[in-house]
Amino acid sequence: MGRPITVTVNGEKTSAEVEPRLLLVHFIRERLRLTGTHIGCDTTHCGACTVLFDGVPVKSCTMLAVQADGRQLTTVEALHAGGALHPIQAAFKEEHGLQCGFCTPGMMMSSFALLAENPDPTEEEIRWALSGNICRCTGYMNIVKAVRAAAVQMKEAAAVPAGAATGS
Amino acid sequence: MLPAPFEYHAPHTTEETLELLDQLGDEGKVLAGGQSLIPLLKLRFASPAHLVDVNRVPGLDVIEERDGVLRIGALFRHKAAERSTMLASRYPVIAEAAGQVADPIVRNRGTVGGSLAHADPAGDWGSVMLALDAEFVLQSKSGRRSVKARDFFSGPFSTALQPNELLTEIRIPAAQGRTGGAYLKLERKVGDFATVAVAVHLQMDDGKVRSAGIGLTAVGAQNLKAEQAEAALRGRPLDDAAINEAAELAAAAAEPKADQRGSEAYKRNVVRVFTQRGLRRARERARGGA
Repeated sequence: MGRPITVTVNGEKTSAEVEPRLLLVHFIRERLRLTGTHIGCDTTHCGACTVLFDGVPVKSCTMLAVQADGRQLTTVEALHAGGALHPIQAAFKEEHGLQCGFCTPGMMMSSFALLAENPDPTEEEIRWALSGNICRCTGYMNIVKAVRAAAVQMKEAAAVPAGAATGS
Repeated sequence: MLPAPFEYHAPHTTEETLELLDQLGDEGKVLAGGQSLIPLLKLRFASPAHLVDVNRVPGLDVIEERDGVLRIGALFRHKAAERSTMLASRYPVIAEAAGQVADPIVRNRGTVGGSLAHADPAGDWGSVMLALDAEFVLQSKSGRRSVKARDFFSGPFSTALQPNELLTEIRIPAAQGRTGGAYLKLERKVGDFATVAVAVHLQMDDGKVRSAGIGLTAVGAQNLKAEQAEAALRGRPLDDAAINEAAELAAAAAEPKADQRGSEAYKRNVVRVFTQRGLRRARERARGGA
């Protein structure tokens, strides 16, 4: 029953044998032990399980692991690669963009994809881009603020010439 | 939730796909974007023995306007429709519907062709294609045939598509003259199915309606084409009287059922109001550009 797949996850190539019916989210959480990706509704509504599939946000509860063969996956764990919080993570923390935190990985992955494409989104563009991710705590106000703050932060970081930040 | 076990096939060409579908018959099911099918598999509403994943077949995601026909490939995704500047300027009903299908994450994956083949009566694309008078190319190992959108849908989740056929292409008569369109959708929240939606595609000639297409979502056992309303507009100036008459006829063509989203009378009234608004919006767009 097993089918061999090779997937690049957060930059690292991984091979595994999977049953065709194995959902991508279960592959990520149970086989790769990357439990930052959450299962919320399990019915394609909530977006908690959002990961990037070749750079594009998808609901990993609504794809099969076999479909990821030969593709690139990015999970929330990639954000703090290198040990420091990513500006999106820092902004969610700073702006209180989360309460219980369950939706947060999906929110941040959608935000990450948005900012990669549109580094200076308006509030409306942020709300539109995040409309597939449901949060039951915050009322979204602080999430939107966090994405705006992250955008500003990332723009400033990009404006600093390489090496300049190491001076002090 | 896990789907029931199935065998997985990932063909690399259309021919290989058609060969597989021919062999598998009733046991096979095509997987395109999977945004309706995978939830159904997980809930075990569907448990096909074989899945034929067409996502690795190159060339199925084309969009091309040539020789009087707009061709949309089976793997053309909602997101691509939402972002196409050509669609926004020439086929606004498609562009406007695209941004209202499900939610942005689902739109990244879901396909127009898959949604049509799934044929949910509350799905958006069926109405759009009925308004555009589209036809669908259904290919099998033994040949290909074209079926008009109005002959394609036969009930909830039921179409003319045979188990050994693949919907490879959507063909839409190219927009001519001054064209406008609109898709109005009432939904309780982003990602919910439509309570009611109305698709309008309008072609104007010298201030008169050359042709009008009107499709209705979620108010019947399948997406409906409001043919009497369309006929009432043909050859007339699109004034208030014509708009109101078409809106009444569209409302009469609707067959809504009361549910938690609204009563029958309420939904019928939304059809009427959305047809009015859709026609006005389409008229504005037809005036605005070619």
